[in-house]
Amino acid sequence: MTTPDDATLRDDGLAPPRDVGRVLLIACGALAREILAVKESRGWEHMALACLPAILHNTPDKIVPAVRAAVAKHKASYDKIFVVYADCGTGGQLKAACDEMGVEMVEGPHCYSFYEGNAAFAAREEVTSFFLTDFLCRQFDAFVVKPLGLDRHPELRDMYFGNYEKLVYQAQIRDPALEDKAKACADYLGLAYEYRFTGYGDLETALAAQA
Amino acid sequence: MSDEEDDIILSELNDEELVAQMFDDLYDGLKEEIEEGVEILLERKWEPYDILTKALVGGMTIVGNDFRDGILFVPEVLLAANAMKGGMAILKPLLIETGAPRVGKMVIGTVKGDIHDIGKNLVGMMMEGAGFEVVDLGINNSVESYFEAMEAENPDILGMSALLTTTMPYMKVVIDTMVEKGVRDNYTVLVGGAPLNEEFGKAIGADAYCRDAAVAVETAKDFMARKHNQLAAG
Repeated sequence: MTTPDDATLRDDGLAPPRDVGRVLLIACGALAREILAVKESRGWEHMALACLPAILHNTPDKIVPAVRAAVAKHKASYDKIFVVYADCGTGGQLKAACDEMGVEMVEGPHCYSFYEGNAAFAAREEVTSFFLTDFLCRQFDAFVVKPLGLDRHPELRDMYFGNYEKLVYQAQIRDPALEDKAKACADYLGLAYEYRFTGYGDLETALAAQA
Repeated sequence: MSDEEDDIILSELNDEELVAQMFDDLYDGLKEEIEEGVEILLERKWEPYDILTKALVGGMTIVGNDFRDGILFVPEVLLAANAMKGGMAILKPLLIETGAPRVGKMVIGTVKGDIHDIGKNLVGMMMEGAGFEVVDLGINNSVESYFEAMEAENPDILGMSALLTTTMPYMKVVIDTMVEKGVRDNYTVLVGGAPLNEEFGKAIGADAYCRDAAVAVETAKDFMARKHNQLAAG
């Protein structure tokens, strides 16, 4: 399966392939590359992937209805559906919806947590860190700069980020160019910078449990 | 809201036109213009409380409504709030001097583990604009911090804010401790923040969940009115 470009994943998501598999993963578009990489490396041919637009990350109240609609649309075509979202700012509502629909989802508060491993992430108690994943680093302008109006009003930066101390770049793959970009993002936000290679963390474990 | 504004001389407008212009300037987040408008109204012998309620709060109400309706977004609201803050800074000492009516007192802060204070700051500012005395505890507040403030300040209302799913359960910790200590009914507890909802507010034993700053103000006023009615009846 060819990985679509980031802009498509951000705005449109990804439709599942026509051939139905045994398991459908309904995921956030921000996880598409990573899921496809794990799927390919593990040889999970029976898993199909459908993604919702990653930009829903910025409007968590729209995630639950979107996931509900996607599950309803595809449920009849697959033996099993697995929702590849964490809570993602839904305040427990996504879990409640998944329970009601009889589908499972990834554990944890958000992707920053499961990439690092939920237990390890919680143990750090990093209150003043702002996180970027590979996808969010590549899409920094679309997910951070523009929605927060920093391109038009850079003076708002400290109102948004004044209480943060550092930007943590959680890298899923080793990519020096992305690391440079993450450093530039930290500078832009006026934050200290930390590089943290996470790989796929609990995402891979959660997918493996569905295989 | 247009380039024509560059040519407008605020001091040449009559009161009605000036207030209308201040609504526009607040909407556009023009802090200096708001400060100038406030100064002009003061020179014209307006009461500070009238400037606050008629010019600033009136303008921010439009901003709040358009935010609620999806016409304005967070950056524009922040700019407007910043402009209002400029006007408030001039009025605040005068309001204290002139003994403006006080609706009630609120202690507010984000909960432990949460540093996101934009919503909390907006609520605090709008509450001040509505005549509440606001004690802002800032970010990352423990149960102890809330209790210390409640004991020291004796507020009518405790406001708690959280942006994260991981920190919002801490509100229940605070409320449960209030129940344990037998002080829960001494305060109106209002909660807010992006991942919260009404159901959550009820589940943790808050008096109300407030969707945005405007709702927080209206809810707080309602509770204060009920309190006064109870006292009057009692």
